[in-house]
Amino acid sequence: MANDLENLKNDTIAALQRASTHSEWDAVRVGTLGRSGTLTGLLRQLGSFSHEERKERGQALNRLRDELTYLIEQRGREIEALALQQRLAEETVDITQPTPAAPVGLIHPISRTIEEITTIFGAMGFHLAEGPDVESQWHNFSALNTPEHHPARTEQDTFYLPALEGEEELRVLRTQTSGVQVRTMLQEKPPIRIIAPGRTYRADHDATHSPMFHQCEGLVIEKGITLGHLKGCLTEFLRAFFNQPDLPVRFRASYFPFTEPSMEIDIGWSRETGAIGAGADWLEVLGAGMVHARVLSNCGLDPAEWQGFAFGMGIERLAMLKNGIADLRSFYESDLRWLRHYGFSALSPATLTEGL
Amino acid sequence: MKFSLSWLREHLDFTASLEEICATLNRIGLEVESVDDPTERLSGFRTAKIVEATRHPDADRLQLCRVTAGEGYEEVQVVCGAPNARTGLHVIFAPPGTYIPGSDITIKPGKIRGQLSNGMLCSLRELGIGEDSDGIAELPEGTPLGVDYVRHAKLDDPVIDIGITPNRGDALSVRGIARDLAAAGLGHFKPWLVPTVESEGASPIQWVLDHPACPYVTGRLIRGVKNGPSPAWLEQRLESVGLRSQSALVDITNYLMMHVGRPLHVFDANRLKGNRLLLTSATREQFRALDGQDYVLGTHDLVIADEAGVQSLAGIIGGETSAVTDDTTDVFVESALFDPVRIALTGRRLGVQTDARYRFERGVDPALVRTGLEAATSLIVELCGGIPSEVTEAGAEPDWQRTATLRFARLATLGGLEIDADKAVTILEALGFEVKERGEGQAVFSVPSWRNDVASGRVLAQAHSLDKSVAERAAAHVTQMEAEADLVEEVLRIRGLDEVPAQPLPQPHMVPPAAVTAEQSRAALLRRLCAGRGLMETVGFSFVSDQDAALFEEGREQDRLLNPIATDLNQLRPTPVINLLRALGRNIAHGQGFAGDAAFFELGPCFGQEGDRLILAGVRGGVSARAPGHVAEEPSWMEAKADLWSALLTLGMAEASLSCTADAPDYYHPGRSGVVRQGPKLVLGRFGELHPRVARHFGLSGTVALFELNVAAVPQPKMKRKAAPALSALQPVRRDFAFLADKAVQIQDVLKAVRMADRKLITDVRLFDIFEGGTVPKGQRSLGVEVVLQPQKESLTDAQLEGVMAAVEAAVHKATGATLRR
Repeated sequence: MANDLENLKNDTIAALQRASTHSEWDAVRVGTLGRSGTLTGLLRQLGSFSHEERKERGQALNRLRDELTYLIEQRGREIEALALQQRLAEETVDITQPTPAAPVGLIHPISRTIEEITTIFGAMGFHLAEGPDVESQWHNFSALNTPEHHPARTEQDTFYLPALEGEEELRVLRTQTSGVQVRTMLQEKPPIRIIAPGRTYRADHDATHSPMFHQCEGLVIEKGITLGHLKGCLTEFLRAFFNQPDLPVRFRASYFPFTEPSMEIDIGWSRETGAIGAGADWLEVLGAGMVHARVLSNCGLDPAEWQGFAFGMGIERLAMLKNGIADLRSFYESDLRWLRHYGFSALSPATLTEGL
Repeated sequence: MKFSLSWLREHLDFTASLEEICATLNRIGLEVESVDDPTERLSGFRTAKIVEATRHPDADRLQLCRVTAGEGYEEVQVVCGAPNARTGLHVIFAPPGTYIPGSDITIKPGKIRGQLSNGMLCSLRELGIGEDSDGIAELPEGTPLGVDYVRHAKLDDPVIDIGITPNRGDALSVRGIARDLAAAGLGHFKPWLVPTVESEGASPIQWVLDHPACPYVTGRLIRGVKNGPSPAWLEQRLESVGLRSQSALVDITNYLMMHVGRPLHVFDANRLKGNRLLLTSATREQFRALDGQDYVLGTHDLVIADEAGVQSLAGIIGGETSAVTDDTTDVFVESALFDPVRIALTGRRLGVQTDARYRFERGVDPALVRTGLEAATSLIVELCGGIPSEVTEAGAEPDWQRTATLRFARLATLGGLEIDADKAVTILEALGFEVKERGEGQAVFSVPSWRNDVASGRVLAQAHSLDKSVAERAAAHVTQMEAEADLVEEVLRIRGLDEVPAQPLPQPHMVPPAAVTAEQSRAALLRRLCAGRGLMETVGFSFVSDQDAALFEEGREQDRLLNPIATDLNQLRPTPVINLLRALGRNIAHGQGFAGDAAFFELGPCFGQEGDRLILAGVRGGVSARAPGHVAEEPSWMEAKADLWSALLTLGMAEASLSCTADAPDYYHPGRSGVVRQGPKLVLGRFGELHPRVARHFGLSGTVALFELNVAAVPQPKMKRKAAPALSALQPVRRDFAFLADKAVQIQDVLKAVRMADRKLITDVRLFDIFEGGTVPKGQRSLGVEVVLQPQKESLTDAQLEGVMAAVEAAVHKATGATLRR
């Protein structure tokens, strides 16, 4: 190969090595392969050579062009990669910097517990029923076989509100959600399966009593429903609610004016550890019974034709047991620290599919 | 209701253990509330003797006692500070490891002033069972040594406290409890024998009955009694159940009340004036009762009066002036029946709670009036001597006899229990029911006198709204169905509900229908939405203080509680905002709320002028978190509006159907608040910043943003099938406008005018800029609006585009007077 070509090659390689930026590299490229580039110039001069020389030199020039084109492109890629590397190095951040935290909102344990109860009874064919917080004494007491002066009526520490204009009787803040059952029996034809969760009120305030709390009552009115079904239904509920298929459940005879036979229902727990389902102790969680003949009759149902069962439970109590909450009053204090601790994510609503 | 096992033994022969008795009581509806077993509580104490007591070498007031306390404790040194510790004294000794209930310590061996002391000599106070005059308890000479003290002192008598349900007046006596236990198979029920006492002459004091609340009253005079302390057995009986022994005469009445459930009263006959005791209504007069309290009686109260005035509040409490004393020689004993309702009303109004009232309120055995009097007479004569007169009485024992029919099949079809008819009959008979007639598949029982709760046949309280025919049909069988259910309950109760096999509830559908309605499910949806937006859910009381409430709505009398438990909980709340602001204040006081987290919501009932309704309310206070590039900021009305807006959209409202007006109630900042309506009338909610005056009342500084949504007012979206969406393949066209508008022009009017300019092509309208000052004339502002045009079938031609732009310009100008800024 002619010396000039060898020199051109070496000069170009050296220039490429010197080039470290895209523009420097581009200058080499244009200076070699561009319209007035060195190699282009040599190719243009090819005509001035003799026929023989021309053939040989032409081949050499073509080889050199291919070679240089390759080297230039390769160097171009190298420079591009270097530039990117450099840019990325400059863009480096402290990835340990905390991201801005969006404040978290959570669902209150009372709402969550009502949702869970509704989900379980919903699976057994119950509907959610609601009613007013301010009730007539008939809805709250008389219809439920608790006549005036009955000890059960006076023991409940009822909150009273003035009578409405034109009426004589004081109104009450409901002491139980049974008024909802009464309304349902008056408005709907059996068969009936409802649960009625809601706010209830009693004039009592200490470490274990709150003037407002939540109860959930339930009512089943169907032909052929016996106390055996009551036991089956409520045992199923308790075991599903506490996630314990073998939870010990005990039924104890008791008294409520609106049911007969009446009972209280206990679950097994350990007084020592507070663990549900373990230990030798019992904890009362539900009241229940077969709907009293008089209640059916007060609501227009013939007790010789219809029967069923009713039950009631304290929602805070169930929430406390399930979630290990110690203090009843804390439910209503709206302390952010408590709410963060016991609140539930809005993204995992109570479903049977995902488990309770 | 407390009773001791030894007392129970007077009515029941049994061998069952304490545990078995408690388990049975729980099972049959007599819930055990507590058990006090002194054997456990006082274990470890032993009888002992001080062999020698010498002075402690280094302490004047202490003695070194050489004690012997039987096996294992033949000779123990104890340092004792009691002045009465002396050589030869029999004492109670607590070896190391013994728990001393009276002082809540456990004895450990140790040194006192350098001398070993291996135990403690105890006083009765330290055992928690009595008072000592001075120093340690002194046991009689000759007490055996090294014997368990509890057993030696016959303190090993467990006391059970049970809760009696209001229907079981008959179980408010040891005998009633024994009867139930016997029926449950726990022992043999013993007869109660009342010896008759010979009487002499008519009672000089006679009853005069002049009140419907007393159907029957009996009494008699016993002359020449000697009152004084009760014998030990009686004192111990009463004290075991927590009653203080007073004097033999009073103790006898209390004893019989606990023993068989018969309340009685004794008057000192010599302190009565005249020879008649009148059962009558009180006049408005003051009465000093046995408890030393003065009560002002009303004309409805039933009293027993002599010539001098009221001597007893009948069935509740006796009077001080005719009370028996240690000097009483002639006693008049009263045994009567009173109307439970009358007793309850008087007792409640005067706030006087006594054991007699408690029993009369729940119903006593009407057939036990005379027997009770006889039993009292015989005990008084036995313990206090005296000569009884004949009985004087007025009224008559009421007709309590009634029957109840049980169709045996109902034990299974109501109670779920397959049980042999004969077994059911046996249980009922053990409870005192008697078979009057036994027929095919059923039996008629007579109800015992003490079971006021069975087949009681009270009047119905049927709904007024019922049709006459429906009401009649519903009432036709209720008496017999109730009586039958009473009997089923008795059988199941005694048999034990555990015997009833659990049945699954019949499922008409494998997959049940939704448990909540679409309307009800909105509550859960809103909760999740708010929590997702960073608001913490709270639950507040439905009542607040009337002072707080007055800042939000003029309080109505009818929403004021008549008997609040506290003055700050006396008014039904007009809005949950009150609870939320209080919560905000408390949390900020706890140092919370510096990271945008002082944000709360509640979904709950509200009351007041707009009626009962469900309100969703939220508040945001405190400041947002600081971060690189972000300073801490107070919330603004904008966040409250965003919260409310997202709630409305989540409930399915179309944004275009909503409008805002600046007329929120005056607890909002007047210039930074609004009301959201659908159409011109229907108010859905409001939002804004809290008025600083209200904030100050709640002790809040800084801006508070709040919103309220009247959930039920938001219309349900129509559940129609959705049409297919128009997914155009053509690029949307975006155009920006800048309108120059008077500052009084509302943005929503501009945006609405743009939207309405071409409802087909314009699919989105957004405000992207507000600019004032600079070249914008004073009193005006520039509003930057981005408009998205979505062609459906063909691309827009330039002419079409120009046409739409001109239409937008014209529409906005027409609606608001705004012009394009060029």
